[in-house]
Amino acid sequence: MIADEGDTVINIWLKIGADNTITVIVPHAEMGQGVHTTLPMMLADEMDADWKTVSMLEAPGNKEYANYALAKGFILGEKDIPSMLIGTVDGLFLTAMKQLSLQLTGGSASVRCTGMHAMRVAGAAARAVLLEAAAEQWGVSPDELVVKDSYISHPISNRTEPFSSFVEKAADLSQPAKPRLKTSEEFTIMGTSPPRLDIPEKVNGTASFGIDVTLPNMKYATIKASPVFGAKLKPIGAEAIKDMSGVHKIVNLDGAVAVIADGYWLAKMALDKLSIAFEESANDTVGQDDIYDLYLDDMNAAITEGNEEKDLKKGDVESTLANANKLVEAEYRVPYLAHATMEPMNCTAFIHDGGCEIWVGSQNPLGFANSVAEALDIDREKVMVHNQYLGGGFGRRAMPDVAVQAALIAKEVDYPVKLIWSREEDMRQDHYREANISRFKAALNDTGNITAWNNQFVFKHDPPEAPHIPYGVDHQFIHYAESTTHVPWGYWRSVDSSMHGFFTESFMDELAYNANKDPYQYRREHLAKAPRFLKVLDMAAEKANWDESLPDNWGRGISIHQSFGTIVAQVAEIEIIADTVKVQRVVCVADPGFAFHPDGFKAQMESGIVYGLTAALYGEITIENGAVMQSNFHDYRMLRMNESPKIETYIINSDNWPGGAGEPSTPGIAPAVTNAIFNATGIRIRELPVKNHNLVAKPTILS
Amino acid sequence: MIISINNKIHEIEVDPTTPLLWVIREQIGLTGTKFGCGIGQCGACTVQLDGIPIRSCLIPVQQAVDKEITTIEGIAPNATELHVIQQAWIDEQIPQCGYCQSGQIIAVHALLANNTAPTDEDIDLAMSGNICRCGTYPRVRKGIKRAAAALTNTAITKNENHGEMD
Repeated sequence: MIADEGDTVINIWLKIGADNTITVIVPHAEMGQGVHTTLPMMLADEMDADWKTVSMLEAPGNKEYANYALAKGFILGEKDIPSMLIGTVDGLFLTAMKQLSLQLTGGSASVRCTGMHAMRVAGAAARAVLLEAAAEQWGVSPDELVVKDSYISHPISNRTEPFSSFVEKAADLSQPAKPRLKTSEEFTIMGTSPPRLDIPEKVNGTASFGIDVTLPNMKYATIKASPVFGAKLKPIGAEAIKDMSGVHKIVNLDGAVAVIADGYWLAKMALDKLSIAFEESANDTVGQDDIYDLYLDDMNAAITEGNEEKDLKKGDVESTLANANKLVEAEYRVPYLAHATMEPMNCTAFIHDGGCEIWVGSQNPLGFANSVAEALDIDREKVMVHNQYLGGGFGRRAMPDVAVQAALIAKEVDYPVKLIWSREEDMRQDHYREANISRFKAALNDTGNITAWNNQFVFKHDPPEAPHIPYGVDHQFIHYAESTTHVPWGYWRSVDSSMHGFFTESFMDELAYNANKDPYQYRREHLAKAPRFLKVLDMAAEKANWDESLPDNWGRGISIHQSFGTIVAQVAEIEIIADTVKVQRVVCVADPGFAFHPDGFKAQMESGIVYGLTAALYGEITIENGAVMQSNFHDYRMLRMNESPKIETYIINSDNWPGGAGEPSTPGIAPAVTNAIFNATGIRIRELPVKNHNLVAKPTILS
Repeated sequence: MIISINNKIHEIEVDPTTPLLWVIREQIGLTGTKFGCGIGQCGACTVQLDGIPIRSCLIPVQQAVDKEITTIEGIAPNATELHVIQQAWIDEQIPQCGYCQSGQIIAVHALLANNTAPTDEDIDLAMSGNICRCGTYPRVRKGIKRAAAALTNTAITKNENHGEMD
């Protein structure tokens, strides 16, 4: 980290200026989830700093900010990394360190891992050494000192001085291994909602996203990769563009061709004029049905060959099912989903002086640097990543593919090249949330309670608990089959939970119906031993006035799901209008343990709901002839203002270890809506998206 | 070719069929207006031509000659003040990633110029061309109402002061 003149580096997360201002170094990307504000808040509060004087810088893609450096006590100049960050062993810490090693922003982990383990600890450690320095300087006991708003005072002798008076001495002291952290009652900044630091530049057009970067002598490129994933390009000769004014170069990559020109539009027009062809590949005839057929074959084979991957096994499901009073079975399907970030993929690269600089919006700057270095066959230290604001991440911008392309294109010239994907390219060269099939078999006893739960699906990624249910069921067997696909996979907001939320909470609803019980009460009964879940569920039902009757053509559905440490219950109220569904209202109750920026947390609940609702109603990427059929927003439909429901969010601060905010509201909206549709129409939707189903409201009974 | 953006004249040399969006972003260097889809479906490229909101990714620059182009960079009253809409956007903490917000604000600006008290239906109609992947729709709706109220109050205040404020 480079300190400006007058700055004192306290630890790698924190600089204090000669003017007593605080700069927090944040090792995470800002993609709208607010962490460029929340993380500094956590450090500033533990430090008792004046929030008004706090600003932030994003950490570079640099190994100082990666896990292994911290864990091994990397020395920054003459300053020690707080030693408490080494050696603490618990699952969450290891997850945090793993995240940091990739310098990843994802997994809804920035606040609950980096915030808890790095920001708060660094702030508290800094406070401790500043206090020690002040005590030494004044010749008093540290107990007699008061710290507030970036000032230290000794009331007894009526002395007050800013932090900056003590930073030099403090920087030489050894920081405590385990500084005391504040209890939530002591928070003065955490738990409040100060205005986000990045919002002012996002209302006046000055916020710089990857696509906005401008450099001297920069040219523009656009690209087309093989629609059938993995097929090789048939290279195109330079003569194809020789008469095009302002068009400079064709770059043939392994599976893609790019054009460099004086502007994006010129590049795009030139690319569209080329005769682009790819080699034949084994996947040229793969269609969506083939994919589902293969899944089923692999799922069946796993059972008959007895080599299914066991995810969770409890009790004896087989014999409980065999002796069941009532057996309920169902099969669900979900399609591939694209991320469709508002800002299409892009990256600017400049190769010079034996190294490479890239400007990009990335969820993993260090990972991108690694991938670019590998592609260029140079040392990782020679790659500099300038991270920008992300116009949407959702997991897509954790993949370095566009950065590698930009670097390989820039390698062919001696000026900076800004590579911009068209929306069509973005839609068709995504790393998709996979299509999946989930099969359930459950046993109900004579009072309708679930005695056995058997669930099989394909693939397993993250988070590990995604297919697990909070309900008290003694006999469970959750298992999956491996399968194969040529469709690239990537983290999509809430990852596996984006599917298992729909699967498990739809099936739970079917079981309630089969037991002839109200869906809310049925869940209640099965959460008797899960009081934290019960509290969230009860509040959702209460705020949604669960027992109140709704008008004709309306329906109500409920869901509850835990992911990334946060429990979210949702009730959706829908109306059937002209054979389609309008989601009118969503009540969302979340228990994140503690919401560090309550308004920001609510914004993330709203965000996850709209993102998940868009997918539930319309989201469908279909494969035909080995390639993605959809190309833009006319055939990959988005939820818009006129379709967006009222969303009411309530937060329960249960004082448990903090959970995440970015993803946990996405899994539960699909089942809340499809359960509501069942309530209104009697139609059970087992395959998303909803748009593929004809909906007719249950006929009203005329008296 | 001469175009006027935010009351400033620019002389440019560019193929007249180039979409206005790319001229604004690349030739002029105003990057507040964004590229989202290229087919007029997402609204990220929204600017105003003589006050009318249009999709600059679809309009050839030739059609913008002799018209006043307004972009996000041009709606604040001066260098130190924000437009009422921008202030409402900060007060309600509306933007998340922020990429769609220039287009949203320009559309709102056009709506409120013609309708000082938009209903929910008016808002639906005016704003459904602007996609937000971060789901800020409920807050945008609230922000529009807040800005509308603020604009109305300003108008009332001006009237009451009988021209003491300019």
